[in-house]
Amino acid sequence: MDFVEKIKPEHLDILKEVGNIGAGHAATALSRLLNKTIDMNVPAVKVVSFSEVHDLLGGNDAVVAAIFLKIEGDVPGNMFFMLPVNEASKLIQQLTGDTSIDFMDSSTSEIGISALTETGNILAGSYLSALSDFTSLQLLPTPPALAIDMPMAIISYGLIEISQAGDFAILIDTEINEIEVNDSTRTTGHFFLLPDPDSFEKLFKSLGVNVND
Amino acid sequence: MTNVIKVGMADLNYAIPPDKIRTSGLGSCVGIIIYDDTVKICGLAHIMLPDSSQCRSKAVQRSKYADTAIADLLSYLIKNGAKPSRLKAKIAGGAQMFKFSSTNEIMRIGPRNVEAVKKFLKENNIKILSEDVGGSSGRTIEFDPLTTILNIRTVNKGVKDI
Repeated sequence: MDFVEKIKPEHLDILKEVGNIGAGHAATALSRLLNKTIDMNVPAVKVVSFSEVHDLLGGNDAVVAAIFLKIEGDVPGNMFFMLPVNEASKLIQQLTGDTSIDFMDSSTSEIGISALTETGNILAGSYLSALSDFTSLQLLPTPPALAIDMPMAIISYGLIEISQAGDFAILIDTEINEIEVNDSTRTTGHFFLLPDPDSFEKLFKSLGVNVND
Repeated sequence: MTNVIKVGMADLNYAIPPDKIRTSGLGSCVGIIIYDDTVKICGLAHIMLPDSSQCRSKAVQRSKYADTAIADLLSYLIKNGAKPSRLKAKIAGGAQMFKFSSTNEIMRIGPRNVEAVKKFLKENNIKILSEDVGGSSGRTIEFDPLTTILNIRTVNKGVKDI
């Protein structure tokens, strides 16, 4: 039987908690990097068919910067940290002090790209290490890769592995926000965790829940 | 009134004028348009994987794989008045969104999808009139069955018609 058919509301709640722990630590990391208050939303866990992924991400014309890490170890899967491209530019301008950085310009400095990749790596890394500590599972991220493109084109890459085994993906989506006094430069980032189909049982087991009950 | 029919990932659909058909955010996936210029009917499939024989689950979602999606497009088009000898194809997608040093086969999925699509179209004697494949950019494509123009939009390289 497909795993998706066995999944119950309480399982989704556990996955929400997974998103909570991970993104909570990542938000703290970002807060330290920027020396600003970072807020996070209650994670959303969605079971979606591939043809619905598009509606979920929305905004055909939106361009995002995404840092992608493949997770190896006990719970293989894919991890993305995604934010709108103009916000990525602002974030890195703040971090580097170089206001000429613009990721929509393909000739933007190597330093900017490198800083963005590393920031994504730090955030995704703190998400995963928090999760690893909590579950006592080994999560080994690959070196980060960066893409600036359409959200669908990027996320679909992480769905390939999953698509070989089934027709649904479980997406753990957590949003973090920078709280600004004047609301003009709000940064909104999304963490997407896409465990491979075989990973869920291990993840649940590590948290003391049996899927076959 | 022109409607734009939207096709999701691992999905397929059909259009006749004045409607157009579109799929968004092709990364390593490939968009396959097969059309008959005379009766003005077209089908669009957004495939994710090369070959349904690799499928690990029991039930095959046919529109997810190059081979089964092409077979379904053909049988629908022919049932609805298209003539096999008049069918032509345009394809786009198959990019490599992330660059890894890894030589893992799954990482090369874009080029493998393109190879598979070409192979299955050839087996069905369908000529590819134009293509925009590979590279490292996502694509949003829209096909007009009236003019048979395929409009391709990318983030970094602008818009073009093929």
